[in-house]
Amino acid sequence: MKYQTVIGLEVHLQLNTKTKAFCGCSTDFGKAPNSNVCPVCLGFPGSLPVYNREALNSAIKLALAFGCQIQEHTKFDRKNYFYPDLPKNYQISQYDLPLSRNGYLDIHVQDQPKRIGITRVHLEEDAGKLIHEANESLVDFNRTGIPLLEIVSEPDLNSPQEAFDYLTSLKNIIGYLDVSDCDMEKGSLRCDANISLRLQGAKELGVKAELKNMNSFKGVKDALTFEVERQTQLLETGEQMVQETRLWDVEKGVTVAMRTKEGAKDYRYFPDPDLTVFIIDQSLISRIKKELPELPQEKVARFVKEYGLSEYDAKILTCTKKNAEFAEKCIQVYPGKDKKEIVNWLIGPLLSEANLRKIELYELKINIKELINLLGFVQRQEISYLSAKIVLNQLIDSQKSTHDLIREGNLQQISNTDALTQIIETVIQENAKSVSDFKAGKTNALMYLVGQVMKKSSGKANPKVVGELIKGRLS
Amino acid sequence: MDLNQLTAHELLAKLNSQETSLKAVMDSLYARIHKVEPKVNAYIRRQELKDFTGNSTSGFLKGLPITIKDNICTEGISTECCSKILQGFRPPYDATVIKKLKESGATIFPIKANMDEFAFGSSTENSYFGVTHNPWNLDCVPGGSSGGSAAAVANDEAIWALGSDTGGSIRQPASFCGVVGLKPTYGRVSRFGLIAFASSLDQIGPITKDVQDAAILMGIICGHDSKDSTSVNQGTPNYTKSLHGDIKGLKIGIPKEYFVEGMDAEVKVIIEEAIEKLKTLGATTKQVSLPHTDYAVAVYYIIATAEASSNLARFDGVQYGYRAQSDNLIQMYKSTRAEGFGQEAKRRIILGTFALSHGYYDAYYLRALKVRTLIKQDFDKVFQDFDCIVTPTSPTSAFKIGERVQDPLKMYLSDIYTISVNLAGIPAISVPCGFTKKGLPVGLQIMAKPFDEEMLFRVAHAFEQNTDWHKIKPKI
Repeated sequence: MKYQTVIGLEVHLQLNTKTKAFCGCSTDFGKAPNSNVCPVCLGFPGSLPVYNREALNSAIKLALAFGCQIQEHTKFDRKNYFYPDLPKNYQISQYDLPLSRNGYLDIHVQDQPKRIGITRVHLEEDAGKLIHEANESLVDFNRTGIPLLEIVSEPDLNSPQEAFDYLTSLKNIIGYLDVSDCDMEKGSLRCDANISLRLQGAKELGVKAELKNMNSFKGVKDALTFEVERQTQLLETGEQMVQETRLWDVEKGVTVAMRTKEGAKDYRYFPDPDLTVFIIDQSLISRIKKELPELPQEKVARFVKEYGLSEYDAKILTCTKKNAEFAEKCIQVYPGKDKKEIVNWLIGPLLSEANLRKIELYELKINIKELINLLGFVQRQEISYLSAKIVLNQLIDSQKSTHDLIREGNLQQISNTDALTQIIETVIQENAKSVSDFKAGKTNALMYLVGQVMKKSSGKANPKVVGELIKGRLS
Repeated sequence: MDLNQLTAHELLAKLNSQETSLKAVMDSLYARIHKVEPKVNAYIRRQELKDFTGNSTSGFLKGLPITIKDNICTEGISTECCSKILQGFRPPYDATVIKKLKESGATIFPIKANMDEFAFGSSTENSYFGVTHNPWNLDCVPGGSSGGSAAAVANDEAIWALGSDTGGSIRQPASFCGVVGLKPTYGRVSRFGLIAFASSLDQIGPITKDVQDAAILMGIICGHDSKDSTSVNQGTPNYTKSLHGDIKGLKIGIPKEYFVEGMDAEVKVIIEEAIEKLKTLGATTKQVSLPHTDYAVAVYYIIATAEASSNLARFDGVQYGYRAQSDNLIQMYKSTRAEGFGQEAKRRIILGTFALSHGYYDAYYLRALKVRTLIKQDFDKVFQDFDCIVTPTSPTSAFKIGERVQDPLKMYLSDIYTISVNLAGIPAISVPCGFTKKGLPVGLQIMAKPFDEEMLFRVAHAFEQNTDWHKIKPKI
């Protein structure tokens, strides 16, 4: 490739604190417009902000999870600009002394680990939401003042796929920390992307575009992919590039220029005199460090070591914290020595059932004890694998036991030679060609005959026994 | 004497002994207001003063009324900072100080005291509701920005009042009107509900007829408030315990930088006499130096306007107050602010916006913050060896209405002795200490170390009890 793609992401993450960043208003989503408001978040004259400890702790927690250095002294600054969704016409944010700096996030590029730098993580307040109607614009201040973390990456990402993987991994880790819903559709996670191209080996960065308005990870990837194309063409044709903000149009699948940045906007940052400088002491940091949960990478390593799983399986099971917890519970309750047996069920039939229902693995309403009973039936060859999958399907959302379901469905595996011999005789009579094929040495024919027996027994026959019986009968 | 002429503590004694009633107090105030207000204009929206129908007389203050500056939020009573841009704004909440007063049994006077728009000024000439006249000479200003509060108290149109002080806005009008005014230590009184001018400098404080009233009022309004991050938890002292009259052996510093060119010769003599008085009461005085005094006005007008430019950004016509009609957003912002703010407000917003702008921030705002620290260190150093510092409150007595309107710099210099106190965050009080030949009051300023308001009350009370300046009333 002639050009190198350079991408940096700026993620805004709403924290899931109970109350807003600088007042006691609820952060509940979906309430009637302008119901979660008070004089403070509405910026009424005379009102004053008081910072929310919980938000600060969540912010520190997240920064620590990304290996950031937590600043001893931090302060809030005012970012001054006029906009109707900003009641004070300044946003309380952090400028020159952000909460934390210099972190990282590891992703995989073609199975090789790659470390992406995180420049800074800082805390600020969210703005309100404008709703534009035909003849008027309305503003909902429910969102105003919700604590927002800005997570800025270094321009270390070199493809749209890497950007996608970075976001996925970010979301995964944040989910483990339980500090945000991370829902792009609800707007609790927002992402802007800076992208530029340069000749391979060049030192200077190219002219960048800032992409906005993506509302899914896939949207980010698609918008970046479009931009790589667009910028490549511009460079190839020697056209003048301008630094600009572009909006992703998901319908048309293109980015459209919004405004040209003629220079940095002057936000006249200065320390907010309503909020005092605060000192984050080491004891708070070590307390939060202790409270940090096991993060995905650590969990994968432990699953591999403790339960003998493959890294691939461990990764599937740990993609979210709740799935991992569910999986681990199953693994621990499972009495067998080879944990792979239960894991195969988890990432096989159970995951399929979850996908079928469009829910997460952990959301399956299933009694783990019954699940393990079911595995026992299979292992003791009392029911076939096929039947077991039917039982599993019925076990979910049911109060019944595995035993009852097998009995009710008359699914007990038939290993009884007498019963099977009858069916085998019929199958042999009906499939003369296969029988002669088998006798001619074609092993595939045996498989076919076993299949026919299974079909006739409604899946209840024990295929192993059937195979042996046919072989004995025809030899 | 009429009831309205009494101090709060005198009235409380009469109310407690049932010698008089709250109704009688209110009647005497109303009568006074109706008589003199057309000449003084200490209150705004006078037409909204309805007949007093009675109030709770429970609580320690027995329903005693208090007059409130128009920039302190009072639930249901319009609070407009004497600006057109806040026209009709009735806060849905009380400032913390109002809440505390109500809990102590005070009646919040139903009309508010006049002030310079957003507290921008030293003369109360910048009010949307017109100038307040000084009760001692109606051709003179009452000082500012709490000119309405000071004039009302001096003229017995109020029992006592609350003002706010960002660079001298309580002490200078107290000095010009011959009453007591106190600027508490920054963080001593909650700012919640005070419509901000400059957040790092603003404090609410009492304006009263004597020192005892100031001590009582401070005891009610002070204390930590969880709604104000900058308020400090230093307890709520009983300040009246400091009113024992003994100042023997106290060491008083007299800063040489405050007795230089620009001070009125008559004021100088009056202040020197006051200092002599303190000596005869047993205090010792010595000249001290506050070497960075010369920079105070410059530093102040950078920091205060920078903060103000941001604090006033919220007045945009979107949610409350005045809104100019317009068919697009940007034009609405522009017209609302062009029509809603007065000239001084605009001047300060422009100044502050400039000081914070890219490329100027380091040279102005950041540098001002550094010099502010030096000014504070000047005081820390003096307070290592001295109990308090005594200076004039203002270089002159009240000046003529209109005299300085065209010369903002000259106007700004009338705060030259009060500004450093706000920059350093220390407390200071102004007490009446004499009159000029033309019969205008002069104030003595006493400063103390942070959270040592007790020292101010102690010295001011001793001085007051040995002089009669506070007993002389203007004749209107």
